[in-house]
Order: sequence, then structure tokens, then C-alpha cells
Amino acid sequence: MENIILNSLDYPILSWTVFLPLIGAVVLLFLKRADVIRWTSLGVTAATFVISLPLLSNFDKGTYKMQFVERYEWIPSWGINYFIGIDGISILFIFLTTILSILCVLVSWRAVETKIKEFHIAILTMEAGMLGVFVALDFFLFYLFWEAMLIPMFLLIGVWGGQNRVYAAIKFFLYTLVGSVLMLVGIVVLYFYGGRTLDILALSSMQYPVTLQYWLFIAFFAAFAVKVPMFPVHTWLPDAHTEAPTAGSVILAGVLIKMGAYGFLRFSMPMLPDATRFFMWPVLILSIVAIIYGALVCFAQKDFKRLIAYSSVSHMGFVTLGIFALNTQGLEGGILQMLNHGIVTGAMFLMIGMIYERTHTRVIADYGGFARLVPWYAGFFIILTLASIGLPSTNGFIGEFLIIFSAFKAKKLLGVFAATGIILGAGYMLRLYQNIFFEKANPDYETPGGHHPVWDLNAREVLTLIPLIVFIFWIGFYPNAFLSYMHASVQHLIEQVNQTAYAGQESLIAEYIREIF
Amino acid sequence: MDMSSGFSLLSIRPLVPELTMICTALILMLLDLIVKKKEVVAGVGIAGTLVALYGTLKLYGFSEPQAVFSDMFVLDGYSNFFRLIFYLNVILTICISLRYMVIEKASFGEYYALLIFATTGMMIMASASDLIVLYLGLELMALSTYILAGMMRKQPRSNEAALKYFFLGAFSSAFFLYGISLTYGLTGTTNLKDIAASLQALNITGNPMVFLGLIFMIVAFGFKIALAPFHMWAPDVYEGAPTSVTAFMSVGPKAAGFAVLGRVLFSAFGAMQVQWDSILIPLAIITMATGSIIALAQTNIKRMLAYSSIAHAGYMLLGIIAGTPGGLASTANYLMIYAIMNIGAFAVVIMLRREGFQGENLDDYMGLAKSHPVASALMLVFMFALTGIPPTAGFIGKFYVFMEVINAGYTYLAVIAVVFSVISAFFYLRVVMYMYMRDPREEVALTTSPSMNFVLAVTAVMILVIGVFPSVLLDLVKSSIPGLL
Repeated sequence: MENIILNSLDYPILSWTVFLPLIGAVVLLFLKRADVIRWTSLGVTAATFVISLPLLSNFDKGTYKMQFVERYEWIPSWGINYFIGIDGISILFIFLTTILSILCVLVSWRAVETKIKEFHIAILTMEAGMLGVFVALDFFLFYLFWEAMLIPMFLLIGVWGGQNRVYAAIKFFLYTLVGSVLMLVGIVVLYFYGGRTLDILALSSMQYPVTLQYWLFIAFFAAFAVKVPMFPVHTWLPDAHTEAPTAGSVILAGVLIKMGAYGFLRFSMPMLPDATRFFMWPVLILSIVAIIYGALVCFAQKDFKRLIAYSSVSHMGFVTLGIFALNTQGLEGGILQMLNHGIVTGAMFLMIGMIYERTHTRVIADYGGFARLVPWYAGFFIILTLASIGLPSTNGFIGEFLIIFSAFKAKKLLGVFAATGIILGAGYMLRLYQNIFFEKANPDYETPGGHHPVWDLNAREVLTLIPLIVFIFWIGFYPNAFLSYMHASVQHLIEQVNQTAYAGQESLIAEYIREIF
Repeated sequence: MDMSSGFSLLSIRPLVPELTMICTALILMLLDLIVKKKEVVAGVGIAGTLVALYGTLKLYGFSEPQAVFSDMFVLDGYSNFFRLIFYLNVILTICISLRYMVIEKASFGEYYALLIFATTGMMIMASASDLIVLYLGLELMALSTYILAGMMRKQPRSNEAALKYFFLGAFSSAFFLYGISLTYGLTGTTNLKDIAASLQALNITGNPMVFLGLIFMIVAFGFKIALAPFHMWAPDVYEGAPTSVTAFMSVGPKAAGFAVLGRVLFSAFGAMQVQWDSILIPLAIITMATGSIIALAQTNIKRMLAYSSIAHAGYMLLGIIAGTPGGLASTANYLMIYAIMNIGAFAVVIMLRREGFQGENLDDYMGLAKSHPVASALMLVFMFALTGIPPTAGFIGKFYVFMEVINAGYTYLAVIAVVFSVISAFFYLRVVMYMYMRDPREEVALTTSPSMNFVLAVTAVMILVIGVFPSVLLDLVKSSIPGLL
């Protein structure tokens, strides 16, 4: 029954990857000079990335089993183990996290000038927490990382954020906490039903009574839907993303909100297959609402950053749509789209941060004519815009194509709505680009004579953006390099979801909802 | 009753820790007359406590409960575990008191003696297997804490606290005595085990008068552990008493109250679990609600921590409600963790107090992170621990309690509890927010001392270590509380 492949490397690679940032954070405690702290932080994030590289080369794409597994007894009296490992679903997120963390340090080089030490400690603890979430194979361990992350994120938003940062930080914290603690109750209930274990693989291989599955699904949904965030619990996101410092926004948009969708993939679907199929349609409908509503709200935004934040709601709607279509294309598209969104939106927040350092405004109306003022910046931004819209040859196209394909497969009307979302997306993104880079320039920023002359990207900033741009085209032209990692795992997941614990209990409501379409 | 096991020198052995503590307290009172330096008095107090601790650790080896004095006093893992909480509480309290009591101009030698006396009372309570002995312990603890609360003689609010605590405490003692007399009248005994046997033999578990007696006792214990609606005294007394005493009171009497509540309910009224659950469940819900919601409106940090301690009493009660040995263990575990994190938080509160500056307002914490990053980081740890966020010990405490209450079939109580813990997150977060996200209004200087630093270091390290490696504590509590008492 053991669906695991123990770590065959001669060192615990996953533990090193997860805890190196934490060790780095402890080291930072003892450092004093700002530059030393910055370089150490950069060094630690880079080292984490390097140390995780052998995961790629040693990964066996042919199996769905958990790989690089480490398992030690941790809290024996509760039957809880330190149990970590990765499969085709989680491996790519490790790299998304490690890469974005490096970029977060880079982009904060000059943007963060107060409490520098605390800032970098927060970033590194965040990184450890995020990596921990993706590798944890014990529910308790998972919850530990999942919740512990709230603390540095709360501080990142609240201490280094914008005008309304305290409100945003507390809102973020409380929203996420409500969801998480309900999940905690679900975890404990599962613990007793699963025979006093929190081993995720063991729990996934068991069958639970259908009614219990429904309740557990709701409890987990509370945590994951808030994190994604799905409509209607998305309202923390615009505030948090907008008020967070650039690095915070990148982490939030890039990795943190992926954890909700990851939670569906890792817990809700394999553990609660009947409930997943039961709740498939409500979730799909919420996803469609998120796609359309998120896109429409973008048209009304006056704030640059807030617009991108709302676009995340729309894009994450695509992710949940793909995942809950419950077919191969949808799942792979959903996972890839998470990655894409992390890359593109992460890069967008980086760029917003860069321009904000120059203009100190996020109001779209204050911009205009920037294509002439900062041509390099405009060039990079158009790539991101097009990737966000999903232009062929960019990564966005692959993900959205797969998702719409799966939506059509599930129900044609779903595909129509999803495609509408893409059109709306093109609408608000292009309008944003037009407002910022074309039209009449704001004289304040003209050189010479303006109050705040703006300058083009410097080497550090270009260096920050290049890796993400590379990925945009890499995934766009050769998606199989990434999709090939997930095939086996996704296939296994589909099998798990389609096993029926109690035959003949195909829900009436699900049938009913299907009738409506 | 077995009179042959009456009094012999051997039967004193289980009492060695208590006797050590009493002797220490008496020595302290004499020593205070001879020695001027209060540090010496405090040091001797700590030394005495450590000797008692050594005795307890020696006695921990007994696998079988040792009942002495005609079964009136029992030494078992349960009482020993609570003793550990009491020792920790008194040692840490003495450490945070040294500088503080000087600043408050209330540095009397009796202070330390009274702390030890109160602790002895708690120890007797935890071991009492007879309602009369229990009452003795309770009064020893209560009378000492009344005086402690009024230690700052010149300050009206300290006097008010002492008086209020005294009157309401006397009232609750009366309730307890009513409860004892009713129980005695119906069962003919005050011994806990005999009460249980008598309830069975006479088949009177359904008798309303028995239930009434039980309710009276629950009210009295509820007063000590500050369960709503018997919590009214807590905020005023916590605010008025010297902060070090507040720290002491918020942990010690609460732990002792839970120890006796657990023992009386499990050992004497185990057969009436359905009845006492019907009282405790609403009490737990009201307590969590009152504590969490009213704390939101507090601007004085001592009052806020008072309401927080009320809310925590509600969570701890869940373990008792579960009615299983595991539930009892989870409550004991929670109390140990609560002791650590609460005293840690109060230590930071005390640090803000200096000559001519109260430092009790939330506003005083504005921008503390800028001027005192280490103290703020520690306070942050304590606040997140009290919220119950992993990887702090606070999470382990809550998780264990939720686990046991869910296992007992009260999933809805766990849901209610987590909802209130989210509400309570807000006021803990507010402290963090004031420290980290506001600009300092005025320069705040901290009063530090080596003993204070020791307390901060010990509590913070313990919170994180227990949070990540809870096994040591869990194994200890599980082996201490093996079965129904």
C-alpha cells in the first residue's frame, strides 16, 4: 500500500530545501548592517533554489508515487509523523516558490528601507512556510506550515504595506484564520475516522461515509476557498494585494493563493471523492461567477494595483474551473494555470512595484504616455499583458486553452462563459495598457521639468524580470516540459476522484443542477 | 474508613513537598525580619520551591496513587502534574516581581511568603480526595491571594481589588460549603471515592438535591477559574492587583480550580456526567463568548488579559466536558501551556512599568518594535501563542482539547470554540499591530532585570519548543493522568 519512494539521494534534500530559509532567518537575527542582511537574504534564497535543483533531474515522471520521501516519528502519542515528499502536482510549486522568493528579495533591495532585518526574516520564514505546505504529507505538519505562514504575511502587509495596510493585514489574517480553523475541526474529525492517523496518503486511500464527506468537504472548502480566493469570500484579496509591499503582493499572488487550489488537489479530491463530485457543480458555478465578476470589476478600478488584484480573482476562477471539471485536461490546465498566474501576476506586481518607486502613485489616471518615458519598461509590460490575456505563444494561452477545452467537455455552456471571461480579460488589460503607456503624458513625470522624473529599468530590475519572461515563452512554446511532470499524478488523481464509495448514491442535486444547463 | 492507616511517620512521605513549602514560607517570614535585601528572601523562596520540586520529582516515581490520612489526601500523577504547574507559576512570578514590587513601593518580605503559602494551598487542593481537605487548601490559597491582591496598600485600586476579591471569594466559599453539606447530607460522607460509591449504592444519581449540591460546588469552582457568569470579579481584580500578582492569580488559582473540578467531577460524580455536562456545556459557551467578545473593547492590557484568561477557561473546560481521561489530560496540558504563555505576556507588561509610568494602556505599546525590537518580538510570540497559532505551544494546547472534545462526540463545541478563537485573535493581533504598525507616540523605556530576562527567555523558548516538539509534554501529561481518577 505504500505509495512512496524514499529519498535515494544521500542527503535529505526536501528537508534542506524547506529549512534552509528558516536557518537563514535565524542567521539574520544576528546581523546588523543593512547591506549584509540584503546579501545574506539573497544568498539564502539563491542557495535554496540551487539546493532544490536535483529534485528536477532525479524526479521520476513515470509514477504518481510520492518521491524523495522522508518520514520520521514526530509526535508518537498522536500518531503524527514528520512526513514529507513530492509528486507531480507539488514539484513545480517548489520551484515557483524558490524562484519568486529570490525575486522578492531583489525587488525589495531599495524599496524597503525600514526594519530591513525584520523584513528579510519575514520573507525567509514565508518561504520556508510555503515550501513546507507543498511538501507536507502529514495533515498536522501541513496545518502547522499553513497557519504559521499567516504570521510573517500579516507582518509583511501590516508593517511595510501602503496607506491602508493595517486594515488590510487584519482582514487578511482573520479571513484566512476563520477558514483554517474550520478546516482544523475537519482534520480532527478525519483523524478519528481514519483510525488516528493524519498521514495524507493513508487518509486518501480510505473511504468515508458520504454524509461525513459532505461535511468535511465544507470544512476544507472554508479554508481553501478563502485562500484561492473564490467568490464570494474573495474580498480580502483586493485589500491585501493592494496594500502589501511589492514582495508581499508577489508572494500573495504568486504562491499563497495557489495553496487553496493545491489544497483541493491534495486533500478534498482524493480524500472526499463523492463529495467532490457532489459539489462539483456549485464550485464550477462559483468559478464562472468569479471569472466574469472579477473581470467586470477590473473595468471599474482606478488603482493600478487593485486592478491586477481583481484580475487574480478572475484568473483563479479559471484555475478552480479547470480543477473541478474533473477531467485530465482541466486538472493539468488548472495546475499549469496556477503556475502561469504565479509567473505573470507575480511579474506584474514586481513591475508595479518598480514604477511605484518612481512615481509614488498607483492611480491609473496619473499615468499616461509612459511608453515614451520608459520604453524598456513598456516593452516588458506588454509581454506580461499579452501573457495575462492568453495570447498564443505565451504561457497564458496553454493554460486557458486546456481549461476552456475541459469546460466544453464538461458542459458547453461553461466553455462559453469561460471564453467570455478571456474576452473581458483582454478588454481590461489592453485598456490598462493604453491608459498607462499611451495617451497624453502626465507633465509631472516628464524629463526635464517634471517633479518626479522617471527613469527606465536598471540592471537589477531587468535581471529580476528576465527569469519570469523566459518562463512565459518556455511554457508558451513547449508546455510539455512542464506538463510531463504532472501526467502520472493527475491520472492517479482522476482515478481517485472517480472511485465511488457508495454506488448508487449519485446525488439528486448534482443531477438537478446538470439538468439546468 | 480504614482507621488502621491513620497516622504514621511513613504516611508523611507524600506530603514532603507541601511540608517543604510551608517551612519555606515560615522561614521567609522570619528571614524578612533579619535580612534587608528582598532578593535574598526571594532567592530562599525559589530555593525552597526547588527543593519541593525535587521532592515531587522523586515522588513522581510512584505508579500507584498513595492515599494517606484515611484517604483524605492522595498523591498521584494527576496531582503531581498540577504541582509542576504551581512550582513553575510561583518561581516565574517571584522572578518577575523583584524589580516590579520595588517600583510599586510594595516590596515586603511577606509578599514572597504569601506566594508560597498560596501555592501550598493549591498543592493541597490538587491532592485533596476529601471535600474538607479540599476546602482547607482552597481557603489557604484564597486568603493568601486576597492579601496579595491588596499588596499595594497606598493605591486605592489595589485595595478595591483585594476587597472585591475577598467579598466575592467568601461568597463562593459559602456556596462551596453549601454544596459540601448537601452532598454530605445525602451521601453521609465527604470522601470523594465514598461519595461515588454511596451515589451508586443508594441509587440517588438522579436525585435533584444531589444535583443541587453539585451545582453549588461547580459555582464555587467556577468562581475560582473565572467562568462566566461568575467572572465579574476578574477584570477589576486583575487590573487593580499588582501586575505580578495578576500573573500569579491568572494561572495558579485557575489551575488549582481546574484540578479540583476535574477530581471532584470525575472521582465523586463520575456517574452523573450527563448532568454536569448539561451545566458545563452552556457555561463553556458563555465563558468563551464573554471572554472573547468583551476583550475586544478593552484598552487596558491587564483588563484585556483578564478577559482573555476568561476565554481560555472556556477552552480548558472543553476537556472536562469530554469526560474522558484524555479530556482531563488535555485540560491539564492546556493549563501548563497557558501558564507559560500567560506569565510571559505579563512579564512584558511589567517591563513597561517604570517610576511614574503605568504602561498598562494599549497606546503605550505604540511603536514598541522600533525602540525595543526584542521585547516586541517576544510579546509577538506570546500573543500568537495565546491566539493559538502554530508553531507555538498555544496551538498544541488548543489542538489537544479540540481533539478530545471531538472524540467525545461534541464536534459542535469544537466549531463554536474555533469561531471564538478567531474573534479573540483580533485583540491579540491588536497588540502586535500597536507594536509593529504604529509610530511611537513617546519614548518608552523598559525596566529590565536579569531575573526578568530569565523569565522571558524561558517562557519564549518553552513556547516554541513545545510548539514544535510537543511530545515531551504530551507523554508526561498522558502518563500522569492514566485513567479515571
